[in-house]
Amino acid sequence: MSKQFKNPVLNWIEYRLPIFSFIDDSVGSGYPTPKNLNYWWNFGSLAGFVLVIMIASGIVLAMHYTAHVDYAFNSIERIMRDVNYGWLIRYIHMNGGSMFFIVVYIHLLRGMYYGSYKAPRELLWIIGVFILLAMMATAFMGYVLPWGQMSFWGATVITNLFSAIPIVGDSIVTLLWGGFSVDNPTLNRFFSLHYLMPFVIVGLVVVHLWALHEHKSNNPLGVDIKGEQDLIPFHPYFTSKDLYGMAVFMMFFMFFVFFAPNFFGEPDNYIPANPLATPPHIVPEWYFLPYYAILRAFTKDFFLYWPVAWLITAKLAGVIAMFSSILLLLLLPWLDGSKVRSSKFRPYYAMAFWVFVIDCLVLGYVGGKPAEGTFIVIGQIATAYYFAHLVIIIPLVSRLERPKPIPESISAAVTAAHAKQAGE
Amino acid sequence: MKKMRTFKTSVAALALLTVAVTSGSAFASAGAPTPPKQDWSFSGLFGTFDRGAAQRGFQVYKEVCSACHSMNLLSYRHLAGIGFSEDEIKAIASSVEVTDGPDDEGEMFQRAGLPADRFAAPFPNTKAAAASNNGKAPPDLSLITKARGDGSNYVYALLTGYKDEIPHDVEVPEGGNYNAYFPGHVIAMAPPLSDDAVEYTDGTKATLDQHARDVVTFLTWAAEPEMEKRKTMGIKVLLFLLVLSGMLYAVKRQVWRDQH
Repeated sequence: MSKQFKNPVLNWIEYRLPIFSFIDDSVGSGYPTPKNLNYWWNFGSLAGFVLVIMIASGIVLAMHYTAHVDYAFNSIERIMRDVNYGWLIRYIHMNGGSMFFIVVYIHLLRGMYYGSYKAPRELLWIIGVFILLAMMATAFMGYVLPWGQMSFWGATVITNLFSAIPIVGDSIVTLLWGGFSVDNPTLNRFFSLHYLMPFVIVGLVVVHLWALHEHKSNNPLGVDIKGEQDLIPFHPYFTSKDLYGMAVFMMFFMFFVFFAPNFFGEPDNYIPANPLATPPHIVPEWYFLPYYAILRAFTKDFFLYWPVAWLITAKLAGVIAMFSSILLLLLLPWLDGSKVRSSKFRPYYAMAFWVFVIDCLVLGYVGGKPAEGTFIVIGQIATAYYFAHLVIIIPLVSRLERPKPIPESISAAVTAAHAKQAGE
Repeated sequence: MKKMRTFKTSVAALALLTVAVTSGSAFASAGAPTPPKQDWSFSGLFGTFDRGAAQRGFQVYKEVCSACHSMNLLSYRHLAGIGFSEDEIKAIASSVEVTDGPDDEGEMFQRAGLPADRFAAPFPNTKAAAASNNGKAPPDLSLITKARGDGSNYVYALLTGYKDEIPHDVEVPEGGNYNAYFPGHVIAMAPPLSDDAVEYTDGTKATLDQHARDVVTFLTWAAEPEMEKRKTMGIKVLLFLLVLSGMLYAVKRQVWRDQH
């Protein structure tokens, strides 16, 4: 098991703590990976990379930040103006949040397209959904910390959602606030939890990787690994490919940090929080907009609300729908009944997938608009489609569709492709 | 060949993004007309603050705006960022009286301002500011161009947007003023600037338009004092990453050559 080195110090360590073989088996030459992964498989390591950037920049910001309603806003401006390169660290952290969600959403959609959630990777997928939930909690609480207008009013709107829960709702809201309104105790606990949650995410990522290493990566063909001929070692093949991907991604990331640092933000958050003045449009950060649209779709005249109208309020229905929109993803491995993983061999599922992506974009667009006129109707149709995709279209299509013939193995398909290329 | 195409696609995506971002924010606010784009010294990837305009803008702020608007996030020492010399900053700071203390006897005392002091505010607190301004405190201007969508163009449009002819669908109540670019069109602030509102020492013609341009340049600097440093560093960082990406791409191709 353990490795042998020429260097006696390395041998001494390896004999007592086999850390070198552990690293090698995790991300080195000892970790076999399907040879046909495309660039969409870069986004997993990219997400880990952004997580590290977020934790590093966040720890430095926390050294200069003051979690108090009277000082929070000004302490951030002190970081921007007087702390050495404080503006750089803060803009990295601020835009890093958006980058994290861009990367993770692509990672998640890649998993959906290539059927990475299917057996034997159901738990890997489920842990991933938990990571997404943890990220959302972290991002929401982080957005409150600058204590600008959107911080305050976003926190007020979102925490108030819990009051829709019958009987215990109001107690939960009081507990979240640490009082009877969003105030200093709220800011303090959000700061504490915002510092804690990233390490919870790190823990979940470790379990995510543990599950990944058990059955290895899925691949664009979605066929099982048949043997050595299908595999190449992670290092140097995917270390080099991931590093290249990271450099390209950093160009994208750094473009925003240096040239459009407030592109993803709301101008209102540069106004200090004022509990007496409500901003005309309260909108969450862009990565929450689809869920916000689902939440707001539930009005008295929305047909999805009618069946439960006798039981719960429209507000509660909206809250439940918003959380279900993510929690339903946990069931995806069983909602999808097809044995074939990759959409390459499932033309109808692939079509449904792209309509779903468009639907999510529509939801995001509607979520950023005021809830009036046609936006309400569009939001309701898109919401209905979102759930229809998960609980009707996927189960039906996956069971009715006759997939195209799948290749025998990864290496067989790769060889065939090369032969075709050479023939041209 | 496929890899090359991927690379080209990413470059194209980045270029597209540049166009999308520089052509304005995706989330412009509704309810008021979009402020026209102005040609600013500080716009674009290489833009810098016109020092003369920013210094004149500071003069406009000091002589006009500061009668009602505070800029609590700025200290006089920050003015070095728009080219004021140490002696000029000392002179500007010492022209205000600051309450300091308590001294060894426990008394508060008055002294001349120092470069380290914050800009002197017109009112002791927001309540006092509101009481003197029909119940609504004038906003602090430290971040005003960041706190409004498309801030620099918006503030310029607002300052030059007072029109004598009021459209008949707008009702302007007592104490209000019509402004074409203010959301709702009725603004409490009376037209603050006019031709010759400030006498420039550098001989620049003191028109309303000039005043507005200068003060917007100053306010944009005040909101983003790091901007020039940010852009200069950004160019270097992006060039570095471009070269790094190219090199890592070459490494990747080299490593993968036996697989293709």
